[in-house]
Amino acid sequence: MTDKQPSKKPKISPKKTPMREQPPEERVNNYDEVPFGYSIEEAVTEAKRCLQCKKPLCVQGCPVEIDICEFIGFIAEKKFKEGIVKLKEKNILPAICGRVCPQEEQCEKQCILGKKNEPVAIGRLERFLADWERNRGEIEIPPKHRPTGKKVVVVGAGPAGITVAADLVKLGHKVDMFEALHKPGGVLVYGIPEFRLPKAIVFKEIDYLKKLGVNLYTDTVIGMIKSIDELLSEYDAVFLGTGAGLPWFLNVPGENLNGVYSANEYLTRANLMKAYLFPKYKTPIIKGRRVATVGGGNVAMDCARTALRLGAEESILVYRRAREQMPAREEEIHHAEQEGVIFKLLSNPAAFRGDKNGWVKEAECITMKLGEPDDSGRRRPVPVEGANFRLPIDVVIIAIGNSPNPLIPSTTKDIEVSKWGTIITDPQTGKTSKKGVFAGGDVATGAATVILAMGAGKIAARGIHEYLKTSNW
Amino acid sequence: MDKNEIIEKEQIAPNIHSCTVDAPGIAKKALPGQFVIVIPDEYSERVPVTIADWDAEKGYVTIIFLEIGASTQRLAELNTGDDIYSFTGPLGKPFEIENFGTVALVGGCYGIGGIYRAAKTLKENGNKVICFSEARSKFLLYWNKKLEEVADEVRYSTVDGSLGSKGHSFDLLEDNLKSGEHFDRIMAVGCTFMMYRVARVTKPFGVKTIVSMNPVMIDGTGMCGACRLVVEGETKFACVDGPHFDAHKIDWNIVSDRRKAYLEEEIISKER
Ligand SMILES: Cc1cc2nc3c(=O)[nH]c(=O)nc-3n(C[C@H](O)[C@H](O)[C@H](O)COP(=O)(O)OP(=O)(O)OC[C@H]3O[C@@H](n4cnc5c(N)ncnc54)[C@H](O)[C@@H]3O)c2cc1C
Ligand SMILES: Cc1cc2nc3c(=O)[nH]c(=O)nc-3n(C[C@H](O)[C@H](O)[C@H](O)COP(=O)(O)OP(=O)(O)OC[C@H]3O[C@@H](n4cnc5c(N)ncnc54)[C@H](O)[C@@H]3O)c2cc1C
Ligand code: SF4
Ligand code: SF4
Ligand code: FES
Repeated sequence: MTDKQPSKKPKISPKKTPMREQPPEERVNNYDEVPFGYSIEEAVTEAKRCLQCKKPLCVQGCPVEIDICEFIGFIAEKKFKEGIVKLKEKNILPAICGRVCPQEEQCEKQCILGKKNEPVAIGRLERFLADWERNRGEIEIPPKHRPTGKKVVVVGAGPAGITVAADLVKLGHKVDMFEALHKPGGVLVYGIPEFRLPKAIVFKEIDYLKKLGVNLYTDTVIGMIKSIDELLSEYDAVFLGTGAGLPWFLNVPGENLNGVYSANEYLTRANLMKAYLFPKYKTPIIKGRRVATVGGGNVAMDCARTALRLGAEESILVYRRAREQMPAREEEIHHAEQEGVIFKLLSNPAAFRGDKNGWVKEAECITMKLGEPDDSGRRRPVPVEGANFRLPIDVVIIAIGNSPNPLIPSTTKDIEVSKWGTIITDPQTGKTSKKGVFAGGDVATGAATVILAMGAGKIAARGIHEYLKTSNW
Repeated sequence: MDKNEIIEKEQIAPNIHSCTVDAPGIAKKALPGQFVIVIPDEYSERVPVTIADWDAEKGYVTIIFLEIGASTQRLAELNTGDDIYSFTGPLGKPFEIENFGTVALVGGCYGIGGIYRAAKTLKENGNKVICFSEARSKFLLYWNKKLEEVADEVRYSTVDGSLGSKGHSFDLLEDNLKSGEHFDRIMAVGCTFMMYRVARVTKPFGVKTIVSMNPVMIDGTGMCGACRLVVEGETKFACVDGPHFDAHKIDWNIVSDRRKAYLEEEIISKER
């Protein structure tokens, strides 16, 4: 065994296997999903780019520690069933994360291939497996533990609540879930548009949750129909996953004119209430010819792109910093640009003016320049004296952020909240200041991401399980 | 959370319906002045409607609604035994109720039902309760007996003079105030125009006046901001901060503009 054979490694493509998508000029006229997903061949080709690292770095970038290397290995061997089982051990919403996770900041950022070339398209492969399973129609229900006799209630059917419910029901606890709206899913259903995340996928995941044995009750606003103390008298533990749904406004003159929406209202009308199918669905939305969206995050991109699909002639994004500082995912910015969203950068509305019937007709904007970095490390935008301009518009969407809804804390005095209104939790267990009550997701962190909400759900599920076993607080 | 089966439905006046729904969870918690959000079927809007009456023991909730646009029309088409697609509540803050002294409650259109339980509870709290019930004509009034049973007095006004004083409730109220009658508090439920006029009438007399605002709403939980009003220069969400506000502190100009926002769309959705 002396002679070393020069191993002939197959050359790895420097780029991700591309994913086909609807051309921009076509997709602005429909509400269908933009990317088509990988075919089996494309998925296998992409999976083969993975080096199957001994110590995979990618996993460190995933907040729920998916065994990325292994599930990709199964795809490369065309063992899709084994792949999906592996994936679902850690993530019960792969079809969703594969679509909306900021992969470039997480798993793919760490991937070793990314050092020199493009990383493995982990998100796309995750999506592929989940879609493969869903399209096949046979969803495996994992075996359940023996019933423990413990009862848990989950408040809020967003990603955090869904994760907690799934983990606890699998451990044999009885789980009831209460959702304020008439449909479960949280932001996945009322916020993120159909063209980015088809709702049928979310509802399939909810069906799966019900098959696991979770009892879901919609139309139930906790804090109103039942207090947290009442829940504690009926259940052994409570999880609050109520999200960050309170919209911020700019607090400038004219913000209550007709035609000025919060992003939440605009997206809820469009998505949850299906205003894009008006008048079949009865909820109206003002379509607008020139629509201005204020903000630079994912939410703003979703609004600006929705406006185009609703028929706006011009969809203008007004953002107070520069493009590099935009918090939105690169992919979203890119899609918005391709579709023709006009970016008015370094601009900030100072007032809105209306016509005599109270309809918004123009925005008075201030031109900004970048100054010293602020607390977040981003350069602070400062107004340029005397450089105001007027922007004629007929719809405005304010997409500058959300904070947690105060409904539950305001009706439950012994749950401690921070000065930002977030519920204070122990990061190791999800425990709040109130015995028996856990929380996680956007309600604890402020508006964040789907996968972080799920990660928080995993931690809280462990915390709750431990508490149910030991009764130690 | 409940099955929302319709137990009883009745047209109590032309275009005005009363509908009793099996909703034990809501019936147990409801307080005067709170509302529910109703979605008659999958395609409809989320419609906010005041809880007019309830029976905590039987688990029933009664609403009074006007057939206005597409969604309330759809609701009117449902019958006893049908399940309502979605019925969420109780929402909003209840009326502030204590022993004020003499209270005038003004109700018009759905608000006649809207003041009934407030009258009952105010009476139980030791107040002298005078209800003002108004409509265009006598045949559009309803729940007269129910109101008479709980209030010390019910004063009717009709625009055509077919019952009680001729004109609007706020005209009668103004006459009463001018003739020196004293009220410690006035509460009004009904259409925006009526509530606005009540506010104008009571202002010079300095009587604290509470109105039950009915702006466009979607979620009803403080998530969308559609229901925002300006009260003393501050933006408030009617669904969670209200719906009851001090009538003399509301910016009424913004209210009337925001009401008209969807006029055109509402006509389209009704035609289809
Ligand atoms: C438009 C938009 C686009 C986004 N895009 C992305 C993206 O591309 N990628 C990404 O990772 N993240 C994205 N996010 C963020 C992500 O959606 C959230 O971080 C995530 O949904 C938070 O999950 P959650 O479970 O904590 O809360 P939510 O998803 O907000 O769910 C909370 C649920 O609780 C319910 N609830 C609230 N109060 C009560 C109550 N009192 N009683 C009963 N139920 C109640 C709500 O109705 C809601 O259904 C986006 C957010 C928005 C708004
Ligand atoms: C807290 C609250 C409590 C309410 N309680 C009741 C109630 O107990 N009974 C009831 O019948 N209604 C009540 N309303 C009003 C009710 O929600 C609306 O009438 C309903 O949304 C109309 O829905 P629609 O889809 O049928 O009509 P839409 O198509 O939405 O409206 C049709 C037309 O009617 C006008 N309109 C809508 N609402 C009103 C109104 N309140 N006053 C005057 N014009 C209006 C619109 O501007 C439009 O022109 C309440 C509203 C709120 C916010
Ligand atoms: S869940 Fe998100 S971060 Fe984790 S592997 Fe999947 S795409 Fe990457
Ligand atoms: S780091 Fe990249 S190459 Fe290595 S196992 Fe993970 S995905 Fe594959
Ligand atoms: S109805 Fe949405 S915030 Fe009040």
